[in-house]
Order: sequence, then C-alpha cells, then structure tokens
Amino acid sequence: MARLDLYAIYTLWLREMIRFFRLKSRVLGSLAPPFFFLAFLGFGFRTAAMPELPEGADYISYLAPGIIGMTLLFSATFGGLSMLWDREFGFLREIMVAPVSRLSIVMGRTAGGVTTAVMQGLIILIPGFLMGLEVSGFGGFLLSLVFMVLIATTFNSLGLAFASRMKDMSGFSLIMNFMVFPLFLLSGALFPIENLPIWLRSLSYLDPLTYGVDGLRGSLVGINTFPLIFDLVVLAICCALALGLGAYLFEISDVD
Amino acid sequence: MDGTAIATNCLTMRFGDFTAVDEVSLSIERGELFGLLGPNGAGKSTIIKMLTTMLRPTGGGADVWGHNILVDRDAVRNSIGVVFQDPSVDSQLTGRENLDFHGRMYGMDKTTRKDRVGEVLELVDLTEKADILMEDYSGGMQRRLEIARGLMHHPHVLFLDEPTLGLDAQTRRYIWDYIQRMNREEGVTVVLTTHYMEEADYLCDRVAIIDQGRIVALDTTEKLKDLIGADVITLEVGNSHQDKLVQAISKFEWVSSVDLSKETETVNLSVDHGEARIPEIVLSACRAGVKIKSVSMHEPTLEDVFLKFTGKKIRETESSGAGRMVAVQSRMRTRRH
Repeated sequence: MARLDLYAIYTLWLREMIRFFRLKSRVLGSLAPPFFFLAFLGFGFRTAAMPELPEGADYISYLAPGIIGMTLLFSATFGGLSMLWDREFGFLREIMVAPVSRLSIVMGRTAGGVTTAVMQGLIILIPGFLMGLEVSGFGGFLLSLVFMVLIATTFNSLGLAFASRMKDMSGFSLIMNFMVFPLFLLSGALFPIENLPIWLRSLSYLDPLTYGVDGLRGSLVGINTFPLIFDLVVLAICCALALGLGAYLFEISDVD
Repeated sequence: MDGTAIATNCLTMRFGDFTAVDEVSLSIERGELFGLLGPNGAGKSTIIKMLTTMLRPTGGGADVWGHNILVDRDAVRNSIGVVFQDPSVDSQLTGRENLDFHGRMYGMDKTTRKDRVGEVLELVDLTEKADILMEDYSGGMQRRLEIARGLMHHPHVLFLDEPTLGLDAQTRRYIWDYIQRMNREEGVTVVLTTHYMEEADYLCDRVAIIDQGRIVALDTTEKLKDLIGADVITLEVGNSHQDKLVQAISKFEWVSSVDLSKETETVNLSVDHGEARIPEIVLSACRAGVKIKSVSMHEPTLEDVFLKFTGKKIRETESSGAGRMVAVQSRMRTRRH
C-alpha cells in the first residue's frame, strides 16, 4: 500500500489550511505562549549578562530563534496529536474508508501540520523584528526555512506516532507536559546549554530540537554552537526516523 | 459479473474469547435494500466494519461488488459508501466543504464535484444550509448530510449503520424517505443495520435477524411475518386468571400458540383471522369465570418474529446484555443535538 495519491495528500493539506484560517482563536491561543516568552524574557534579560553567550550577541537575537523553535515544537506536536481529535469526533473513519493509501493520509496530514507550524513560526518572527532582531541575510533566512520544515516534520511525526498508540485523549496533557516541555527547555532555546551541568547537557544532545534551534540561530543571526551542516544532517536523520516511525505506527493502528 | 452485490462466507470476528460475529454467510442482491436487524451488541456493526474494510475478520471472508475484502481493500472502498453509526464529519467545516473533501478523496474532478454536491444536497434538502458550519447543524441535518456524503461518489453499495439512531420520529421518517428514494432513483444497493423493528419493516426488501453474532432468520419481511402465520391477540387478565384462561381456550385447535407474560399480566395467542375469533375467545373466557381487562389484536411484527427465533424481546436484550453499549452510544449521540 505504498501508493502515493497526490490529490488526496493535497486534499488533506487543504483541510488543514481551511481549519487554520478559520480557527483564528486557536491560532491566537497557540501563538500566545511563545509571544509572551519572547516579550518577557527578551525585555527582562535584555541587559543581563548571559554566560556563554558569544561576544557581541545581544540576548534578543539569541532568544528569538529559540522561541521560533519553541513555536514549531509545540504547534507541530499538537498538529500530529490532533489525529486524536479526528478519532474522537469520528472524522478519522471518513478519512480511512476512502480509497486512499495510509501513507498518503500520513503525508497529507504531515504536510498540513508542517505548513501551519511553519506559518506560526514565521509569525513569531514579526515581534522578534520589532524587538530588534536582525537577520543576517536572505540566504540565511531561506536556510532557516529548511530548518523550520525539518523541525516541524520531526515533531509532527512524533505527535502522530503517539496519537497512533493512544486510544483516547487522556494522554494528551501527559505528552505536552512531560515530553514537549522538557524537549523545549533542554534544547537551548532560552539559554546556552553549556550552562547546564554535564548530566543535563548530555540529555540536551539527545534532543533533536537542540540541533534545530542551533541551526535556526546559525542561519538567522549567525550564532551557532555546532557547524550548520552538522545541525542539518542530524536533524534530517531525526526527521526521517520520526517520519518513518509515525507512518509505521499509523499504518498498523486500528481505526476504532 | 452476476447479480450479487455482497457475498459473505463464514465471516467471523473474535475479540479474545468473545465471538462478536459467528460464521455469518449471506448473499445480498444488487439493487436490494437489505437490513441487518438485531439488538445492540448483536454484531451488526462489526459485520459492517468488516465489509467496509475497517476491521479485518478473524475468520471467513466476503466479496463486496466482486472484490475480496481482505485482498482488494482499495477496490472495495472504491465501490462503497458508508454512513457510520457515530458522527464522522469535520464540525469546523461547512456542509459543502465536508462534501467537497469527500469528493476530492474519491478523486472526483472539480466540475463533477460541484454538480454532484448540488445534486446530493438537493436529495437531502440541505441546499440552503450548505454553507454553515457542521457544528451548527442539528442531529438530523448532520445525519442527512452524512447520507448525502455517502452517495457523493456514486457507490455501488451504501452501508448505513443505524441511520436513525437517536433521532426524533419526524426526522426518522424523512431519512427513511431519503433512503428509499436513493435506492430507487440512484439504483444503489443499500445495506443498513437497525434495532428498530419498524425501520426494518418499513424499509427493507429482505431482513437478516441477528442475535449473538449469528443469523437466526433471513427472508423478506412478509415471509418472516408469515412465519408467525397469524394474528396476535393479547388478553390482559391478571396473573391469577391466566391459567384458567389457558385452560378455557385449550379446546380451540385454531390457536396455534399461547404465551404467558407474568410481568404484563397478559396472554398472547397466535390465531388465524383474529378479528373473527375474538368473540369466541371472550365468550369462553367469561363462561370459565375469567375476568378480562382488555383485549387487543395486532398483525405480526418483526418483534414477534424476533421473539419466536430468540425467545426474547429485542428491547429486553438491549437493556440487559448490551447495557454498556447503549450507554456509550447515547453518549456519542448527545453530541449531535
């Protein structure tokens, strides 16, 4: 059943787009936390001396790419988990009974979830600019888009993988609080991970978002810990693994 | 191809120790309006889920429109439309958008889709409500839209799982009309499940009565009712008089069967030409000193057929055996209102 049905993928993507632009309050709700993080941490630590921050880098330039990473992480995971809603409200059956391969369904959902997540990430750039974020160049911006897509795909797929294994929505807040939040805090979105004790830092190195945030930071403002190509390769591998896992678990999951 | 729409062969579904569907073999003709009748938890929905490729049977097999449900799953899905028991619409989309989504998923091009959306909306009288969000639809409207959606892609076979569950009498009547109309006008083979006797009786050409995962009877509604073979006369007499009454009428050889119910304090008699027999029965009862509180007569219903084959009433079965499922269903349904 590895047949890909582009029209069906487009259809599922289109549905996500309609929902995204229709549910403005939900979008606003999901943009509020990263916006507040950006605004309050950005202003609050503006003049604070942050250890391990590279010479001449101001905190807002350091923070803004991290907050974009956060936005992508949260909205992409949420997008993947939203399959739970479709299951709960029965719409999943409508999708599953259509003569469309499950791989196409995964692809369509992922395309939709990634697009909405990246759009939200881009929206968060705007308050960043207003607060003094300066992007190093257009090439860097394009490269950051690649990182955004990879981050969103990785976590959307992980969300889908979890959703495929869950019977109902009871595990949702568990995942948001015990998986997504630590992934965010470990990623170095808010502070250089070099400040963490070694045992915590080693967890950071296992967090795909660490490389995503580093890549975003490198491409947008030129501050990066690892070489960008290293970030790109590690993230691409994580992305491929997550996508494979999500597609596999969805393939074998029961509709009911 | 022959005239068979669906053929199942010892179709079986086990969940652990529990056998939900037990070697069901049946054949449904093309163009037929076929009903699966039985109490909740009898296995009707499970049969539908297997025939629509939502569940893989643990034994046996089936062909839908000539396609094997295990091997040619995509071909099966291309031939069928399904209206699920529980709501399955995107409530954040409008009615039209839900239909459009469906058309796209079935690979219909833009013009065909537009025409067809108009047609099916017309069929279920929702043209004027097409552009409001599904969450603002009433339960009945939502159900009608789901039926319209099931028809969008011109399926050969349309499955309807409890199409009128939880709807009021008037809406139910409308939906029956729609189902009949599309069966006649669009020539769609319809397979529906229901636990409403009158629904099966009113709509279906043939009915399979299902109990505990097995087919206990399968025929046209007329022939099934002929099995009762008679009118049913119900006498309300009070428990103390029941035996006396039975004794008094034992001399009439035209009484083909007698059933007592202690609960309702009644005696049920199956007789031919019931209206002509009532005076004789009442007369002998009076002579025997039986106090009759009331007499009523009805033509046999599928309820009587179900009673004959399973030894219980369909409503009793519901309240005891499948109590949990009923609770779940009503919970799901409340969302529609």
